[in-house]
Amino acid sequence: MNFKAQKRPLSLTLVLVVFVVLWLIIAVFPFLWTFWGSFKVEADFFSKVDWKYSIFGIKTLAETGYSFTGNGYEGAWIEQEFWRSVINTAIVVVSVVVISLTLGTLGGYALARSGYRYAFWLLMLALIFRAMPHITLVSGYLLPFFQWNLWGHLPTTIIVMVAINQPFTLWMLHSFFLNIPKEMDESAMVDGCTRFQAFWHVIIPVMWPGVITTGLFSFLLAYNDFTVTALLLSQENQTMIPKINSFLGSSQVKGNIMFAVAAVVSATLPLFILVMFFQKQIVSGLTAGSVKG
Amino acid sequence: MKHRTFMWFILPSLAVMFLFIALPIFSVFTQSLFVKHEKVLIEAKVCGPFGCKTEVSIDVDATKKINMEKPLGKFNGFKTYTNRNHLAFDEVSVAWNTSSSISVFFKHLLNLPFYKALLFTITYTFCVTPFVIIMGLFIALGVNSLPQILKGPTIFMSLLPMIVTPLIGALILFWMTDAEGIIGSTLQKIFNDNSLSLKASKPLTWVMLMVYGVWGSVPFSFIVFYAGLQTVPEDTLEAAMIDGANRWQRIWYVVIPYIMPLVVFITLILLMDNFRVFEPIIGFSAQANATSLSWIIYNDLRGGEIQYFSSASATSMLTIIGVGFLLVPILIRTWRDFNSKTV
Repeated sequence: MNFKAQKRPLSLTLVLVVFVVLWLIIAVFPFLWTFWGSFKVEADFFSKVDWKYSIFGIKTLAETGYSFTGNGYEGAWIEQEFWRSVINTAIVVVSVVVISLTLGTLGGYALARSGYRYAFWLLMLALIFRAMPHITLVSGYLLPFFQWNLWGHLPTTIIVMVAINQPFTLWMLHSFFLNIPKEMDESAMVDGCTRFQAFWHVIIPVMWPGVITTGLFSFLLAYNDFTVTALLLSQENQTMIPKINSFLGSSQVKGNIMFAVAAVVSATLPLFILVMFFQKQIVSGLTAGSVKG
Repeated sequence: MKHRTFMWFILPSLAVMFLFIALPIFSVFTQSLFVKHEKVLIEAKVCGPFGCKTEVSIDVDATKKINMEKPLGKFNGFKTYTNRNHLAFDEVSVAWNTSSSISVFFKHLLNLPFYKALLFTITYTFCVTPFVIIMGLFIALGVNSLPQILKGPTIFMSLLPMIVTPLIGALILFWMTDAEGIIGSTLQKIFNDNSLSLKASKPLTWVMLMVYGVWGSVPFSFIVFYAGLQTVPEDTLEAAMIDGANRWQRIWYVVIPYIMPLVVFITLILLMDNFRVFEPIIGFSAQANATSLSWIIYNDLRGGEIQYFSSASATSMLTIIGVGFLLVPILIRTWRDFNSKTV
């Protein structure tokens, strides 16, 4: 877009810029607001009187003596033992990513190289599986899991999430494998490699970008899940997101909103860092299935 | 690749999908055909100083035993599907016969939990999806015209609403739109109405949920469109310009047709994801005014001390049928594409 005739008139540029800026405010402001508010007391974060209260922390100053307070964080992390959920989340997320990538690279490679009609049908089947609402699957698990005493444990949840994740992983890795020329593994096999050796020593080393991108999406799925973890994990094995939901309280128990606010900020921070470092991979992953296909 | 090698490579992946996606669908179907055992009651004559009376009590041991022997419950056929909480055949036919007009009939119909949830789910899916596509396209066009140095940070900031956990995103917006949060209280001041609450009114709750839905999904369509725009061939654009096409004509006749496959792809993903709308309802505590199919399943499974497996399973089966309807056009399309490629 560098030739002269394509230069926009000023008015159009202005409209576009205003539109983009407006969108950025809508996208980012809620996060900044919640982050700032998490260091205040409830009377400031929810101040009906004047929104300036939450910015300057007037009630916070009155209640605690400082303009900022870590009470929400202290309550959530120490009093309510949020750190336990953080550890559980870490275990679940790491295992889900590692297992889905292992199964997914094997399967995706086979689908990309098969060339037979049934590979197409398997991909279609995966698409149908991808469309299943997770909660309908969970309602299928619960009764058998109760019967077989599998309910409530981390390994059960991990394997369930790997399975739910698998259709998406297969599709994405399959489209990445398609971009690697067939000649590479064929020449390796001519040189005497078995199929698996060709896959392991020749293809995987050049597949890292695709594997990392797919891993990021598996990470997001496991990290952001509420449906599966809320229903399949027992109280002591709870991960972060159901734990935050429990801070909100229910009709029987009064929750503590500021604990929830602090926990929400703590849970969002890793995602921010992730996007900051892996922005390129996320973008390429979102487009892998669409633009190239 | 040889069939045998293919099999070994795909086997682990296929096995987990079979065990935890295909089998559960069967399990859901089976569960939906059964209902919980009724409690075993025993009658006992109790005689006191004022005469004898029969007392009915629950035989705990016998109830436990029958539950152990047949954990699925007792066979009920398709009756769960037709009861009041699901398709409600009786109630619908009564409403049909007694209603004086169509609108009265619909009013009755939408008091039934399943139809209420279905209406919200469908409205949500078909309102959010087009909005997301149109807004995403405009943002992509806007960002595409920014100077190179600003593009990176803009994309970073735009990704945030999508990357964040749906429940957390919903909570963040919910706290802001609360009557005492910043947006809620500002709205009260603007309209000078202290009782105005987004939570209390049904239409406003729906709007709020859909605004959240658009907010959370726009980044996805934006990024896909943005990447698509990078691949629009400059030559074609230049040729169109030489032929005298103005800016809008170039977008309408060159860019839009070029990215049409992307629109199909985004629509497909969005329809699948929006149809399972669930977390926002929890985050916004909106169940009084808006319920979705996924939410009623969750409510049956989590509702209280008792879990209603058969009811949840019946709703799940109906939801899966709904997903099927969404998928049919896509599958037919892919099937045609595939056939035209190979023949």
